[in-house]
Amino acid sequence: MRLSYPSSIKIIRVPCTGKVDILHILRAFEKGADGVYAVGCMEGDCHFNSGNFRARKRMEQARKLLNTVGVGGERVQMFNLSSADGPRFAEYAREMDQRIRDLGPSPIKMAMKKAA
Amino acid sequence: MIVADKKPIEEIIQQVEAYRNVLILGCNECVTVCEAGGKKEVGILASALRMYFINNGKDMRIDEITLERQCDHEYLEEIRDRIDKYDAVISLACGVGVQFMAEKYLSKPIYPGVNTCFLGVTDKRGLWTERCQACGQCILANTAGICPISRCAKRILNGPCGGSSKGKCEINKDLDCAWQLIVDRLKALGRMDDYEKLFSIKDWSTDRAGGPRKVVREDVQI
Repeated sequence: MRLSYPSSIKIIRVPCTGKVDILHILRAFEKGADGVYAVGCMEGDCHFNSGNFRARKRMEQARKLLNTVGVGGERVQMFNLSSADGPRFAEYAREMDQRIRDLGPSPIKMAMKKAA
Repeated sequence: MIVADKKPIEEIIQQVEAYRNVLILGCNECVTVCEAGGKKEVGILASALRMYFINNGKDMRIDEITLERQCDHEYLEEIRDRIDKYDAVISLACGVGVQFMAEKYLSKPIYPGVNTCFLGVTDKRGLWTERCQACGQCILANTAGICPISRCAKRILNGPCGGSSKGKCEINKDLDCAWQLIVDRLKALGRMDDYEKLFSIKDWSTDRAGGPRKVVREDVQI
């Protein structure tokens, strides 16, 4: 398909979104990420039954925590799509890229730069 | 196990914001099982605090250590050579661990990172319920293995009371009446004769009524 999506996005592959832990998300922000999103299979289609539901809950936990510490929970998002749906993958990537650009850089990244 | 619940991060931030070097100390035992104070929760709290303080322009160093237990000398001793590096410690152990830590490191401020709740079981993932109040004189042999002290709102010994309705307690319609559970189990065991035996007044001196308690076992002392 040779679809393009924003180069700002770094993909971290996991065997299932059920592998994604809240710590992975928090550490990404600590290391300067401006946003994090997880792309899982369609709900009900998880090969391991509940991996994508677990991921959704963890993204929600991360969202709450990031709101509490002043980073902004809207910087995390869970998306669901079929693994055969490349165009939608690119669409979600563009959507997230635009959202983060609208929000601006992560306050953590800015604070780290200032402190350095 | 001892069941604990996470404290709100805002409360913890308020406690430690005056310090510069803080250690978050987890415990590998009960609080790990109830997902409140194990290695993972230490990591989450440390990450959240680091982000909060850097975001607020504060240079705060936050380290993470998780001990096997915080209720035994030998494990708490493991941090003796490092403890001076920190201005304060947030202990994610139960109240026992927090206090033992405070006793051992007299001049180090210790803050609890969890609310210690009760002695209970994991009913299912994310749901913990009370089973024991450590009254010091177990009567489970006579109550079909179901404890009216911890599971009856009135701690009643010859129940049920008049507030038991359709197997539920009057204080909460979702709460099982402990005495209904006892009767049901006595029936299942074919031991309803035991239900006719009345309990005499319980000696509460082994409970908290007798003040802080201790167990002395000279046979195992060295």
